Amino acid sequence: MRAEDWRKMGLKDEEYQLITEIIGRDPNYVELGMYSVMWSEHCSYKNSKEVLRTFPTKGERVLQGPGENAGIVDIGDGLAVCFKIESHNHPSAIEPYQGAATGVGGIIRDIFTMGARPIALLNSLRFGTLEDARARYIFNGVVSGIAGYGNCIGIPTVGGEVYFDPCYQGNPLVNAMCVGLLETDKIKRGQASGTGNPVILVGARTGRDGMHGVTFASEELSAASEEKRPAVQVGDPFMEKLLLEACLELIYHDDVVGIQDLGGAGLTCATSEMASRAGTGLEIELDRVPCREQGMTPYEIMLSESQERMLMVVLPEKEEKVHEVFRRWGLTSTTIGQVTEDGVLRVRMGGKVVAEVPARSLAEDAPVYCPAFNEPAYLKTTAQLQLAEIPDLSDAEKVLMLLLAAPNIASKEWVWQQYDYMVRTCTVVLPGSDAAVLRLRGTKKGLAMTVDCNSRYVYLDPYLGGKIAVAEAARNVVCSGGEPLAVTDCLNFGNPEKAEIFWQFRKAVEGISEACLAFATPVIGGNVSFYNETNGEAIYPTPTVGMVGLLEDVEKRCTQEFKADGDLIVLLGETYEELGGSEYLATVHGRVAGMPPALELAKEKALHQLVLGAIGQGLVKSAHDLSEGGLAVALAECTFGKNIAASVELRTNGLRSDSLLFGESQSRILLSVAADKVELLLALAAQENVPASVIGKTGGQKLSLTVDGHEVINLPLDKMQNAWREAIGCLLK
Amino acid sequence: MKFGVVVFPGSNCDLDAYHLVKDVLGEPVDYIWHQEENVSGFDCLILPGGFSYGDYLRCGAIARFSPVMKSVVAFARSGGLVIGICNGFQVLQEAGLLPGALYRNLSLQFRCYFTYLKVENRQTPFTSGLEVGRLLKIPIAHGEGNYYADADTLRRMEANGQIVFRYATADGEVTDTANPNGSLTNIAGVCNEMKNVLGMMPHPERAGEAALGSQDGRLIFESILKNWEGAR
Repeated sequence: MRAEDWRKMGLKDEEYQLITEIIGRDPNYVELGMYSVMWSEHCSYKNSKEVLRTFPTKGERVLQGPGENAGIVDIGDGLAVCFKIESHNHPSAIEPYQGAATGVGGIIRDIFTMGARPIALLNSLRFGTLEDARARYIFNGVVSGIAGYGNCIGIPTVGGEVYFDPCYQGNPLVNAMCVGLLETDKIKRGQASGTGNPVILVGARTGRDGMHGVTFASEELSAASEEKRPAVQVGDPFMEKLLLEACLELIYHDDVVGIQDLGGAGLTCATSEMASRAGTGLEIELDRVPCREQGMTPYEIMLSESQERMLMVVLPEKEEKVHEVFRRWGLTSTTIGQVTEDGVLRVRMGGKVVAEVPARSLAEDAPVYCPAFNEPAYLKTTAQLQLAEIPDLSDAEKVLMLLLAAPNIASKEWVWQQYDYMVRTCTVVLPGSDAAVLRLRGTKKGLAMTVDCNSRYVYLDPYLGGKIAVAEAARNVVCSGGEPLAVTDCLNFGNPEKAEIFWQFRKAVEGISEACLAFATPVIGGNVSFYNETNGEAIYPTPTVGMVGLLEDVEKRCTQEFKADGDLIVLLGETYEELGGSEYLATVHGRVAGMPPALELAKEKALHQLVLGAIGQGLVKSAHDLSEGGLAVALAECTFGKNIAASVELRTNGLRSDSLLFGESQSRILLSVAADKVELLLALAAQENVPASVIGKTGGQKLSLTVDGHEVINLPLDKMQNAWREAIGCLLK
Repeated sequence: MKFGVVVFPGSNCDLDAYHLVKDVLGEPVDYIWHQEENVSGFDCLILPGGFSYGDYLRCGAIARFSPVMKSVVAFARSGGLVIGICNGFQVLQEAGLLPGALYRNLSLQFRCYFTYLKVENRQTPFTSGLEVGRLLKIPIAHGEGNYYADADTLRRMEANGQIVFRYATADGEVTDTANPNGSLTNIAGVCNEMKNVLGMMPHPERAGEAALGSQDGRLIFESILKNWEGAR
């Protein structure tokens, strides 16, 4: 073996050395390929593992934490919810439609592999600014790819977030989340147990697509990345729909011992991980693997990332029945080998052994690195924000109109009207509110779900930004009436071998952990995506937080829009002089600077308790979390749903008016409450120690805002709504 | 009245139609697997939405060759009630049970949202319980729902009262802005000459319960039931 061979596959010299020590000889080319994909950052988490261990992962409700295909949380009555988020960034940068589509396909497989029926999809998307033609092309392609896959397979895409920033120009982020439902006694795991049990490969034929996809995902993007297009797979949602139905049928009838999908690193990953988890070995015959083309080499078959394939271990007496079920669904299934007890992954082709290595060494023994870390130099500059240099508002109406049409705040209807968010008829809070809510048929329960991250905050202060991402997700779930259950995260960062990037990573994880502990929402799974850089420039650190919450009574769900004239508007929480990292500062003044707003976890938690309690007691007509664009934008958004205007009176009390109207102070929620319920609500707030003030009333013809007695905003709803609704569509024309 | 929901590989609104009939209307219903060759015992067949066989060719073009379709066609020709929703509508067209064709949406994008349908004709078993001009709030979810028929066919359909629903504004105006996909004269649903086969792009099964934002879809099914009772 020549050094250039392993280096080309992304292995370091010392990693090659380690492989020779493990197997006691030089690996052959097939084995080298297998180690290179399994020891890539994407599969092995070799740079992140140590840091990820610091996440809180346990909790009373947690039935499955990190380490499996997806995490699972108990929601009572014999039911559990299974969810996970995963990135498909690099493929989407090169081939947006298929990159995004296969991202969706991959995360769906992770969910039904666990035995859960996928019931909802969400996604977190980030692109360059829409003035750039390539960013528009990627944006368009990604959205149609998600729509193409999700709509066809018939799982509703119910929520998500979309942000635009120049830092994502060359390296968009496509994070897909899937939520599934299962009975607690039907959980399946990716384990190849039981010596002699047959191993069945089912689904699509194996082709030459997606070779070294995980290696590609574990390096920076550059001008040469276009040549990696063959590393991008092609999705077939129809095939996956058949696979999903057939696998769930088998799991439901207890015909499966262990099951895993073939995703990154293909057959190599599925076989070695399943054997490793069970402490067994596997013997497989590649001659039996149905291939798309003749003459595929063992190297190609073992590394192919062809989509829509599953690997299953079953009892010998069930083997025929399993094939029969797959036949009925029109799927090709083949027994390709069996479970052994020697812990070795033995691969044969043409009567010869073509690879023979300890399964565990592929799945578990990649070296663990503790990369160096160093506080980034840029933080010294960005922290220097002198508010005195920023002129305060002279025309609040103009600024509000500008912010409503800013792509990061504007309606994402252009995106979600391309998704089928209603199929399965369980979506009872549709896209556009704080969190989507699904009813669970046959029960009174509901699930609230959301994905959140303000990466500008994370860039300006990774620790605080990480905390805020969790807090905002929880706030969105709470505003919908859900009690936060658990978290899945997708940690998108630059190259971890750079000390400043790894510092961001460590700090963000620290912030997320602290917030998860405070809210009792353990991290039950997720994904790390490093090397999000183009020509040496990293994206903003973007740890996306996916959260699911439980509504014991789905009839008590809450949405953000005002419901009726004459209700009182209550602002919970406090507003400070906090403009750092705000959308206002970026959009109006062109500055990305300052410290993100402060966050006190205890205060945030009290806010959640108050709002959940108030919603539970039926005191709340609408609830909306304050985020980008602050109070004024949140008020405008509340008027849109049912076209109910509002008059609000505010006092600066020493604050700048831009901080008051557009600042993004944390732990604030806007409620509307029937006039006869407001005393009760205020009493409850006092009890929970949450600052609460009645700031106005719904009704009238326009959104009217006075500050210290002067009306600074008086805008017709349709004028605001048109600007907000049409902004993204206009930018694409 | 016994309903049957036909399941093609790739159907994905089969569950929703089944749920509406069984749990909301409380009527007997069974799934009919695409390989089934016998549909006797059913009084009304529903061809649900989805992406039959992936719809990688023209939508519905493969599904129409499914074994079950022979008996669906025979059932329809002998006067049995058939309703095709979204992909089901496309399949019925491919099978020659309904006139016209469905092109890609004018926007070339998938569209999912609530629309308003104006009832154009109540002389069908699907709308006899409704008034002409009545508005139904029912969502669409499709990429290829742009209805087309040549001028002669369209004239004949108008004359025969085969245009059942048109997209309208919330105020009941049939305008271009209310047209989500470019359909000729805002056509959202049509029936055959005998009026026993209905095809519509919007999803009435998604508008059967208050929790889903509208119950107007139920009215179509209630009309079917009332009609059935009356006929007996």
